[in-house]
Amino acid sequence: MKRILPPLIPMLLAIAISEIAVRQAWIASYLVPTPSAVLMAMIDSRVELWQAFLKTSSGALLGFALSTTLGVAIAVLLSSSRRIQRAFYPYAVFFQTVPIIAIAPLLVIWFGYGMKTVIASAFVVSIFPVIANTLTGILSTDPALRDMFRLYGASKRTTLFKLSLPAALPQILTGLRVASGLAVIGAIVGEFIGGEGLGSVVDVARTQQRVDKVFAAVLLASILGLALFGLINLISNHTLRRWHASEQA
Amino acid sequence: MLADFSLDVEAGEFVAILGPSGCGKSTLLRLVARLIEPDAGTITTFPGQPRAAFVFQDAQLLPWRSVLDNAALPLELQGVSKDERYAAAREVLGQVGLSEAEQRYPAQLSGGMRMRVSLARALVTQPSLLLMDEPFAALDEITRFHLEVQLRKLWQARGMTILFVTHSISEAAFLANRAIVLSRKGGQIKLDHLIHLPLERTNELRSDPRLGQQMNALFGAMEEEEDQ
Repeated sequence: MKRILPPLIPMLLAIAISEIAVRQAWIASYLVPTPSAVLMAMIDSRVELWQAFLKTSSGALLGFALSTTLGVAIAVLLSSSRRIQRAFYPYAVFFQTVPIIAIAPLLVIWFGYGMKTVIASAFVVSIFPVIANTLTGILSTDPALRDMFRLYGASKRTTLFKLSLPAALPQILTGLRVASGLAVIGAIVGEFIGGEGLGSVVDVARTQQRVDKVFAAVLLASILGLALFGLINLISNHTLRRWHASEQA
Repeated sequence: MLADFSLDVEAGEFVAILGPSGCGKSTLLRLVARLIEPDAGTITTFPGQPRAAFVFQDAQLLPWRSVLDNAALPLELQGVSKDERYAAAREVLGQVGLSEAEQRYPAQLSGGMRMRVSLARALVTQPSLLLMDEPFAALDEITRFHLEVQLRKLWQARGMTILFVTHSISEAAFLANRAIVLSRKGGQIKLDHLIHLPLERTNELRSDPRLGQQMNALFGAMEEEEDQ
């Protein structure tokens, strides 16, 4: 309760203020809907919104899963030699600076309308933090521990799985936290241009001037992002609880 | 760092290596452990390649593993089966007085306990050569005293060779049978001194004038190095 109450108060305040502000016509209702109107839109369009929510969830989750596995694999590859790292890491950085909204139309051309484009879009925006954080984690493994593994004749593979990756776990999880939010953004952007789901609901509702429905869909997208973030925190808490300062409050 | 350096150590000796910071003490240990290769010269061990183990300045435990899994790690890396390595790890944990703590994690241990786990991990392979790089330097004095007595007992019981790098003159004199003082430059052997103290070393010895005499001999050589 002590953890839930503090963030709940500003939320309730914001809801109350916007409800009053719109009802008193301080703000035009075609710009910002009252919270009660958003709630009504959610109830009225519950089937459509729920299906859209599921679509966006699966797109974001699949893209996120892809960037997690490939991101960690690429980081492992980059960490294996300085030369490989120098040759390829700049491109990973460059890749990150490409604005997703600009290449989303390209994704539609490559993957067509539908889920593939959404997954690709979620993947493209969320892979970089996984690579960057995993790489930092692996490279900052204690050299004395590496020496010890060498002393006992551990192979490169064993050292990777029993030392480097576990040691990098806190950083990997940090990367996943950032990536989870980005994956939802990527999925929505993909849906704007080439898919169904919440992104397309937002797009259609916008053309119909249904700000209440836009808000309802945006709210659901945020809930999805929060849920993913919470999931990573749960995993983090479970795996790091016994050994890492970040989870020993 | 080390040039024209030559040192012979008999099997079963307990040798303390003293010297100013940066004189090459740690380099010497890493060379013996074959963690680094010498630019010139050779390191020979008889008979054959001994089973060497290394204890670092910090305990260097894997924080995500329990005490038992940390102690069993060297055997795990060498492919020993789970039952066998746990049995061996439990035995050495018993020898360092940590049987009760085997399911705990490093974050839940005191500095002294962590160092004991580190020692147990080094002993689990039954090494014939134990290389120690200022292992007790970061511990408080009373913990250090206990660990020194314990280490001495383990050495007597196991008949292994120990090379023990330290900054502490009292530690070198208390622990070792032979102490070597390295010079600041080039790692020359400034003093090679046999320590004449009883085989049994207990905490009573710490106030014994004979320990003071041994420390004085080492102190003289150390001080000359500091002055230069």
